Amino acid sequence: MNNYDIVVVGGGPAGLAAAIEAKKNGVESILVVERDRELGGILNQCIHNGFGLHIFKEELTGPEYAERFINEFHKLGIEYKLDTMVLNIDENKTIKLINSEDGLVDIKAKAIILAMGCRERTRGAINIPGTRPSGIFSAGTAQRFVNMEGYMPGKKVVILGSGDIGLIMARTMVWEGARVSAVVELMPYSGGLTRNIVQCLDDFDIPLLLSHTIIDIIGNEKLESVVVSEVDVNRRPIKGTEKIFECDTLLLSVGLVPENELAINVGINLDNKTKGAIVNESMETSVPGIFACGNVLHVHDLVDWVTEESRKTGKSAARHVNKQLIEGGKIIETKAGDGINYIVPQKIRLDNIDETIDLYLRVDNIYENVKLVVRKDNEIIKKIKKSHLAPGEMESVSIKKENVLGDEPIILTIELEEEMGK
Amino acid sequence: MFDVAIIGAGIVGTMISRELSKYKLDVILLEKDNDVANGTTKANSAIIHAGYDASVGTIKAKTNVEGNAMFDKLCEDLSVPFKRIGSLVIAKCEEEKKILQELYKRGKQNGVAEMKLLTKEEVRQMEPNLTEKIEGALYAPTAGIVGPWELAIALAENAVENGVELKLNSKVTNIVKHDGFYRIFSDKDYVEAKYVINCAGVYADKINNMVNSEGFEIMANSGEYQLYDKNVGKLSNSIIFQCPSPKGKGVLALPTVHGNFMIGPTSEYVSDKESKKTTREGMDLLYENIKELFSEFPYDQIITSFMGLRAKVESQDFIIEETNESSRFINVAGIDSPGLTAAPAIAKLVLKILKNSIGELKLKESFASTRREVKHFMELSEKEQSELIEKDKSYGKIICRCENITEGEIIDVIKRKAGATTVDGVKRRARPGSGRCQGGFCSPRVMEILARELNVEMDEILKGNKGSYILMRRKTENDHWSEDNE
Repeated sequence: MNNYDIVVVGGGPAGLAAAIEAKKNGVESILVVERDRELGGILNQCIHNGFGLHIFKEELTGPEYAERFINEFHKLGIEYKLDTMVLNIDENKTIKLINSEDGLVDIKAKAIILAMGCRERTRGAINIPGTRPSGIFSAGTAQRFVNMEGYMPGKKVVILGSGDIGLIMARTMVWEGARVSAVVELMPYSGGLTRNIVQCLDDFDIPLLLSHTIIDIIGNEKLESVVVSEVDVNRRPIKGTEKIFECDTLLLSVGLVPENELAINVGINLDNKTKGAIVNESMETSVPGIFACGNVLHVHDLVDWVTEESRKTGKSAARHVNKQLIEGGKIIETKAGDGINYIVPQKIRLDNIDETIDLYLRVDNIYENVKLVVRKDNEIIKKIKKSHLAPGEMESVSIKKENVLGDEPIILTIELEEEMGK
Repeated sequence: MFDVAIIGAGIVGTMISRELSKYKLDVILLEKDNDVANGTTKANSAIIHAGYDASVGTIKAKTNVEGNAMFDKLCEDLSVPFKRIGSLVIAKCEEEKKILQELYKRGKQNGVAEMKLLTKEEVRQMEPNLTEKIEGALYAPTAGIVGPWELAIALAENAVENGVELKLNSKVTNIVKHDGFYRIFSDKDYVEAKYVINCAGVYADKINNMVNSEGFEIMANSGEYQLYDKNVGKLSNSIIFQCPSPKGKGVLALPTVHGNFMIGPTSEYVSDKESKKTTREGMDLLYENIKELFSEFPYDQIITSFMGLRAKVESQDFIIEETNESSRFINVAGIDSPGLTAAPAIAKLVLKILKNSIGELKLKESFASTRREVKHFMELSEKEQSELIEKDKSYGKIICRCENITEGEIIDVIKRKAGATTVDGVKRRARPGSGRCQGGFCSPRVMEILARELNVEMDEILKGNKGSYILMRRKTENDHWSEDNE
């Protein structure tokens, strides 16, 4: 059996940043396992710009952003395997790998970092009735076909879901010569970034139909059209509002799901909301020595935040290997209050915090002029004014360690408060 | 000149062609679509029924019980997944318990073995996830589950290996009766055969009417299903039926041979025999019914929905006979449930009809009852897996990450006789894309392998049937798409 200090599952932005940071923190023996044929993950197919504004203070394309990390990764001489799949992980941190060159291999690690990313929700999962013709793609699959493999799914396009990939793909399809007749969104607001709505839809006069959904798919072999209907406040189709859109391509951008099958098999506890692992301040899961970061932990809006989180995770894994992480001690739990969908991390071991606690969160609706309120049990310790909050944009809150000290058990709640006089 | 032409490569047509491939006969199997098992065979309950449903004395009753007993050997020979997991018909009141007793009696008369009426407690012990409202059940341990399209594909492959000619993309447009033979026309050409066996499913009436003035009407009846994630594949251990009512057999629930969970079907007469449409109403009906069976049901674990058509005739019994009007023309029609179970016995029945007409048939010495070994990589021991990768590196490359299907398995199903030529064809044979991501990650890779192995371009690869193109070539400088030339 081969031994490594740290095995990172996934060579996308999360895995790369975590591995690099672990190496910089003194861990020599690291292996990154990637199932695709190159490092970089989904960034490779994101050839549009807008990446890196926070980390590099400049606008990069996805492949450029990935390249910076891949170059550093190679410079540090970190070991990696491509075209390699992790079949299983057990609680002793034995990892079963498979590839064409080595066959089946068992590897033992002191720490594992899960960085498998997420997958797209499918038509089946959202249960759209109708026929089952060709021409229906998840937006990410179509993006790979167009940007990496040089093929077009079709020329008359409807997009369901206004998540960021859907918005980006609307523009991509227009640039590639197709006509996008609508982006259809079930909710009364878009799940994507505002800048993407402006740059990908508004600039190309592509209508965004909010509070609409697709209620039927037509065409036996090849997609011919979809039936779009307005929905009421309970998201049920309103009779009489049906409109037929002719199209040969339907792209689905209806949500991302962290790919946590390995985590489930090893018995890691998941958060019902994020569908990712429940983690502590060190991004360590409920199985000691197994860490998680990036979109497998919770779906991020910007890769910059993935990088930030993954660096922290790499550093924590290094501390675990060097036995510097403190087990037990005072544990604080975080709680999503009114208006908050989730908070990561879910638990904080105060002994491992130097100065500040960083929390990532998402809100559950669109809010204007509200305050993010942080409570330590019943005591308010921080209020942050926000003029605009949206579910599509991740928020972060930093809390000073000194503000949460105390003997009593502590629950740290974040909730929204309406501005007075509004 | 063929001895026998079989029209339709569903479960019945493939079963008959494999049965006939044991004998010294020239057999051709004609299929309108570009793959076998493309109609009802690919969308049904996948159940091998015990045999208590059909009315006593019908062909259905006889072929159901006989067919059921033939499945162990058949599926072992062809390495097709089959499990005798037993079935429960659930009663929720005294009224329904009486119906169970009737089913039990009918089952006995039909020759169903080992049935047992269970108490509430016994049911509870066997199926703890069922609703508490249950008062009893009829248990039939001989019922089972199978991979229906895998079986038809294996039968076609084995038949072809034993000399049957399979002709795909060959829709029968007309049949002309000649002296001692039939000329069977497709849109492109024709074949001639002394005997015709009509296994055309929902189109069996159309085929019959080409040579006969009297006949039957096939009514297409749709059944919608939902497939759930393997996470909830153990929701029940056996096949769970609602108590039948005058309205029909009701909705059933079962684990599949691959470890998923399935519910369905609905029942609705439809006019379009090409339809594969699922409906909002169908989904709602399934949810309503499934609530009656399980105390909690994991609706959010759904992977996909699909619909299949039942070929129903007014008499409600199978039609398996040489027609009076046209000798040597044999109808095998109206094969709705339990057609999958009955198929092996139906094939024997057709063989008997042929023997009655032709006389004794000579067995082929060269007949091989098994096909080339099928390797499901994940089901092998680690030692076998390592040896396989050593021999063939493509088995070390996982293409479908939800189901852990290797490139080696995909190449294998493309290269087999009656092999896969489309993405759906690969999916039905080797299962990439059957998992929770529904091909989101692996479909580009599967298409690439298909294009390479079949030596065609990516944009020629079909999803399923004719016309179901997936990709088009990208626009180039010289090739502008505009509204004008659309």
